[in-house]
Amino acid sequence: MMLFRRRSDLPLAGDATSRFLPWLVALMVFLAAMAVAGAFVISGLMERWDRDVSGTLTVQVIPAGGDHAEAATEERVRVAVEVMRKVPGVLAVKAFDKKRTLALLEPWLGNTDMVQDMPLPRLIDVTVDSDARIDLGEVASRLARAVPGASLDDHRVWLSRLINLSRTMQWLAVVVVVLIGAVTSATVVYATRTGMAVHHGIIEVLHLIGAHDDYIARQFADRAFSLGIAGGLMGLGLALPALTALGWAAKRLEGGFLPSIGLPVLGYVALALLPLLAAGLAMLTARLTVHGTLARMP
Amino acid sequence: MRHRPRGEDIIRFDSVGLRYGLGPEVLQDVTFALPSGSFHFLTGPSGAGKSSLLRLMYLGLRPTRGRVVLFDRDIANTKRYELPALRRRIGVVFQDFRLLDHMTALDNVALPLRVRGVRESEIRKHVPELLSWVGLADHLGARPSTLSGGQKQRVAIARAVIGRPDLLLADEPTGNVDDHIAMRLMYLFEELNKLGTTIVVATHNEGLVERFAHNPRLHIEHGMVSRVT
Ligand SMILES: Nc1ncnc2c1ncn2[C@@H]1O[C@H](COP(=O)(O)OP(=O)(O)OP(=O)(O)O)[C@@H](O)[C@H]1O
Ligand SMILES: [Mg+2]
Repeated sequence: MMLFRRRSDLPLAGDATSRFLPWLVALMVFLAAMAVAGAFVISGLMERWDRDVSGTLTVQVIPAGGDHAEAATEERVRVAVEVMRKVPGVLAVKAFDKKRTLALLEPWLGNTDMVQDMPLPRLIDVTVDSDARIDLGEVASRLARAVPGASLDDHRVWLSRLINLSRTMQWLAVVVVVLIGAVTSATVVYATRTGMAVHHGIIEVLHLIGAHDDYIARQFADRAFSLGIAGGLMGLGLALPALTALGWAAKRLEGGFLPSIGLPVLGYVALALLPLLAAGLAMLTARLTVHGTLARMP
Repeated sequence: MRHRPRGEDIIRFDSVGLRYGLGPEVLQDVTFALPSGSFHFLTGPSGAGKSSLLRLMYLGLRPTRGRVVLFDRDIANTKRYELPALRRRIGVVFQDFRLLDHMTALDNVALPLRVRGVRESEIRKHVPELLSWVGLADHLGARPSTLSGGQKQRVAIARAVIGRPDLLLADEPTGNVDDHIAMRLMYLFEELNKLGTTIVVATHNEGLVERFAHNPRLHIEHGMVSRVT
């Protein structure tokens, strides 16, 4: 019979809360989605950098001056390669010849005669076993003694700074999400209290005919959940195109420096869970608020 | 419904006083006991405190002093979470009905059963039956705002009795209906009483009291309750 369709005992659907709460949750889920996606992208980048860079060192050799500059420089490079080969834990040593160095620099300097004649530093690419504990300070000074003008670049130094920065940003994302949750909760508390005040008469009747506090709390909680889900899906619906657009923009900016930015599957799962989390939070908050408020009534 | 031996007190008031806020005492030193299975009228001039006394009985208010014992439980020592179980044994017809305006007559009457978690199939069976019995078969889907005073009153009565309460408290339950329906409602109360429900009816209608009074009536005046036989 239609007369008995499933409905709540409290006419909550008409409350002002029904109008503003979904929008607020939508905004919160949108912001949380940005923070979560950001955190995942950063952690993806960190892994890539780590993988690409932790196994390599670069030796830089300043070109020699004087009459036989070219030959003297070649000699320096040869000695440096030899020194590096003797370091335990080094897997491969490969000097870039002048042509290769020029090719590397071409995007920045072009390829003119003037560039060809410039005394360019020479680079030696060293692959190390990433598990080996190499005393880089000791290697650097040994190298400097053997070859004047040779220096050792450890990518791990700047990488570790980058990783620290990324960690900080990830924590920031967590803090942002927690704050968003707190704001959402506070709003639900306020909305629930307002709803209880508006429907005070009905709540009293429900009590007098023998309703437990939880019977009443559940109705507010159900309502908060459905408003939360509606708002959360709306927020996610706005966040996904925004993230896609950001992804495109990043791809176009991307030089060799940024590995391609993409959200891992886990990231999409986390995003999909956001509306559920928001709705669950709203539901729990509403339920606890009703219990708390009723417990203070006679 | 629990069957308790007739004669045992279902409710007992001991030197109960009640005041609203900082106002004067509306009830002073009210002491009485109602045996289980009895049927009482509650009379007294307007403003004497009939509704207030009923409010204390259905646990809508706590006394400012004195002791209320309901179903052998001292209300002062009863925890909040234990109250619903007591209230479910009480049916109340409020003087102002207190129907929920956003619900149909059917849903209003079903409410006490829903609150108890009764199955919908049961509700579907019993609620229309009872509403037909009080003459509202044609108004099952009506909102209270579209019903007359007397029709609302009958919905309120149906809601009070649907749960087969041990104690029925009715505040002016025949105030808005003609004599014919008033009789019909009183017969309904008598039937319930025969099945073991203790009944208290507050009324101004002397004719009704004459006709149906079997037990001493309770009379309130000047804040005091006396028994009149
Ligand atoms: N909620 C309230 N707040 C303050 N005073 C109240 C309240 N309810 C009732 N009173 C006062 O308590 C007294 C008793 O009121 P009550 O409603 O119990 O009388 P009654 O006997 O039911 O009257 P009636 O026959 O007109 O229904 C009155 O003086 C009234 O003003
Ligand atoms: Mg009254």
